Amino acid sequence: MQTTSITMTLNGQKIHAEVEPRQHLVDFLREDQALTGSHLGCEQGACGACTVKVDGKIVRGCLVLAVQANGSVVETIEGISASGAYKDLQQAFLKMNALQCGFCTSGMLLAAAELIETQPTATRTEIREWISGNYCRCTGYQAIVDAIAYVLEERQLAKK
Amino acid sequence: MKAAAFNYQRVHSIQEALALLANHGDNAKLIAGGQSLLPSLNMRLSNPEILIDLQGVAELKGISFEGGIVRIGAMTTHTEIQNSKIIQEQLPLLTEAVPHIAHRAIRNLGTWGGSCVLGDPAAEWPACAVALDAVMVIAGPKGQRKVAAKDFFLDLYTTALEADEILVASEFTITSAKRVHYFEELSRRHGDYAVTGLVCSMQLEQNKITQSRVVYFSVASIPLLAQGLQKVLDNQSISDLANPSLIAQAQHSVQAEIQTLSDLTNSAEMKKHLLGVLLERAMKKLAS
Repeated sequence: MQTTSITMTLNGQKIHAEVEPRQHLVDFLREDQALTGSHLGCEQGACGACTVKVDGKIVRGCLVLAVQANGSVVETIEGISASGAYKDLQQAFLKMNALQCGFCTSGMLLAAAELIETQPTATRTEIREWISGNYCRCTGYQAIVDAIAYVLEERQLAKK
Repeated sequence: MKAAAFNYQRVHSIQEALALLANHGDNAKLIAGGQSLLPSLNMRLSNPEILIDLQGVAELKGISFEGGIVRIGAMTTHTEIQNSKIIQEQLPLLTEAVPHIAHRAIRNLGTWGGSCVLGDPAAEWPACAVALDAVMVIAGPKGQRKVAAKDFFLDLYTTALEADEILVASEFTITSAKRVHYFEELSRRHGDYAVTGLVCSMQLEQNKITQSRVVYFSVASIPLLAQGLQKVLDNQSISDLANPSLIAQAQHSVQAEIQTLSDLTNSAEMKKHLLGVLLERAMKKLAS
């Protein structure tokens, strides 16, 4: 089968690669680019562990082919962490026990980050609805909702 | 699991996509947002030789409002529909329905057209298209044709779209009449497949209901318009919808009219019961 050459801006760096069309984005990131912060859970769009950003929006990394991301800007938890843009969110997760095994955490953080950007005054119910696409099998979600709600509140206060 | 190998081509016009479809026949598969296709590829339920990616086709994208017609391009994403001012003002039922479609990361890529063409019985857009009497615009080798949404969805995952055709857009006629709507979906987890859903759109003429369209989804193989119920509700005054005897009559009508089918976890009997539950909630809400 053919391979296709693709280019993308990955965590701020222009890269070129040869990929098989069937390879999905998270396999490309983990296997070919050694970025293992995005996790592969169900590989059918149910669990949200593979959440990454493509062209500024969160997507399921297992439901996008690497070739579909040709020409796009791709950001993973590695890039987001390095940027420091959500340091407060990461600190809150740590401080408030919003992670235990950590498997869902990178996806959960990226999903929460888009909520912070698009619905800065979200209620706890809206937070729960928003993260309903990300499974966590350890925490029971309460601490995750606490951490996100805390950051939303802190960011609102900082604006005043 | 991993998808079996396939070739991939990104196209930039409808003509280019149609030519590839004509060339490859059943071995080709169009990919829109891919949010249902990728799981089926990963699980090897689908095994195309070539994927034709429509994301670069500008003429399939965007929302417009001209000459009393709202047009939603097939490649418009769920999130774009949610954020659209035109949709909020002219078709608020759709704005209200969006949050029920899967989850944000999926709504960012999944499209109007992809959802309609798949014809999943649990999907929101086919039901909304039928409730709002949308017209599906289809391009094929012989040119364009239009099909009413109520004639588009034929059976489980089966639509009026032929193998060599592409859904281009859906069109909605907007009149000056006052409209009211209701949307409700029951699911086990927010964003999961609907157990049962109800979409309703009706016109009001001085508080009298006309052209009431109640559509159920995830109860049978396609979204079902309750035609008998239309006769019960039309010409009633909107405030009478809370009247217990009218509610009972309406529930009896849909439960007699709509043949529910079971799914993997929910029996046909339970779905029949839920037809009435959702209808009562809708009628009480619309009356208030």
